[in-house]
Amino acid sequence: MPLGPCIAVRMDVPPYRLSGTVYGALLNHETSLQDLGDAIERPPYNGAPKAPVLYIKPRNTLAVDGEPIVVPPGVTELEIGASVGVVIGRPSCRLSAEHALEHVAGFLIVSDVSVPHRPYYRPSIPCKARDGFCPLGPRVAPRAAVPNPDALTIRVYVDGELKQTTTTSQLVRPVARLLADVTDFMTLSPGDVLAVGVASPAPRVRAGQRVRVEIDGLGRLENSFVDGAA
Amino acid sequence: MRVARVACAGAIHAAQPHQLADGRAGVRLTDGRMLAEDEVVWLPPLEVGTIIALGLNYAQRAKELAFSTPEEPLVFLKGPGTLLGHRGLTRRPAGVKFMHYECELAVIIGRSARGARRSDAMTHVAGYCIANDYAIRDYLENWYRPNLRVKNRDGATVLGPWLVDVADIPDPGNLGVRTYVNGKLTQQGNTRDLISDVPALIEYLSSFMTLTAGDVILTGTPEGTVNVDVGDEVVCEIDGLGRLRNTIVGDALFGR
Repeated sequence: MPLGPCIAVRMDVPPYRLSGTVYGALLNHETSLQDLGDAIERPPYNGAPKAPVLYIKPRNTLAVDGEPIVVPPGVTELEIGASVGVVIGRPSCRLSAEHALEHVAGFLIVSDVSVPHRPYYRPSIPCKARDGFCPLGPRVAPRAAVPNPDALTIRVYVDGELKQTTTTSQLVRPVARLLADVTDFMTLSPGDVLAVGVASPAPRVRAGQRVRVEIDGLGRLENSFVDGAA
Repeated sequence: MRVARVACAGAIHAAQPHQLADGRAGVRLTDGRMLAEDEVVWLPPLEVGTIIALGLNYAQRAKELAFSTPEEPLVFLKGPGTLLGHRGLTRRPAGVKFMHYECELAVIIGRSARGARRSDAMTHVAGYCIANDYAIRDYLENWYRPNLRVKNRDGATVLGPWLVDVADIPDPGNLGVRTYVNGKLTQQGNTRDLISDVPALIEYLSSFMTLTAGDVILTGTPEGTVNVDVGDEVVCEIDGLGRLRNTIVGDALFGR
């Protein structure tokens, strides 16, 4: 299980396969901040994040294009956090925004699946780290094929119906800035993935539905959702 | 059995404890070489998978931080870049006010677990080691707290020295946990005071995620975490698991 999904994601540029480590940036899309509204200033948060807030999608969550995702028993709906994932090409520590993109191997689609939860005060691992909750792929588009990662349109379809259209032009920290600020406190390694931010409100799905995420130049990622109690 | 992973003379080796002829503590590599502790580079004792950490898992510790005991275990995850071996160096950024160690019992998963019951939870354990899971409280924010900038720093999760076989620790629920800073005892606890003990954690975690061989559970730290400064030597000790040493260094070493 662990490295299977990493090998299944086609990647024709170094390092040729994913490391299996996937990070995501919380609240890095303007709409996700807007969605929280005044609550940001109140307890338990007491203010917007200062540095990037990241979460980890562990290896048990990784899934490939076409793999069915289990809706856990007792859960009616799941959120689909469609995002552009940056694939790191070279060891990345203390990057400058100016040169950050030179460390990127390419980009892929990440569909960050969660059990809907609030608040975001604690990491909520049982909502984000279920088996199969991070389908990604189907392939890594080399950096050279993506002229501007801050101008990509993301479309989410549920059972063929368009449910969300969003763009990376609304990132709070654009891709290069995000890489600079993250690598100021932690090193990213070749094959690591950083999902750059999810727009709000995220589309919701139920067991029996199919989700397709499309991003310009990155292809399409499609997964069905199945009932875990069945 | 105790096994370490060390680098020596151009390769990575498995190593076991060995007392040298002159009485010094050392290691014996699989190929027969016998070396002093400081003649090898100590790596984390296994290829680590998912790193799962617990917060506020000792009642007195929760009290120390002015939190009530959590209703559900407070779980957070860490990435592989944070790992460091025995005798390693951990950076304390200039200007921070409160960086502290956390001595913790680390449980190494040996067999996949999904929906494990408390009664068979221990059959999924390969062994144990000591973890020193540093935090820099200056960077705490109230979003997915403890946020990665506090708990996921390069080289700030020390693991080792040995992977100690599960059979060698008959009762993981009764182990003394101690930290010494420059030789002075600063933290003292016992795993009998864990709010969620090892079988409970395996049952809880495997109820929503599959645990796989190589995954590591850091079970939380007791009260007594104090600030450490550049130059401090921090030794974490757990009954039956050995002593895990680490030194705090400053920015200059990293060209900052």
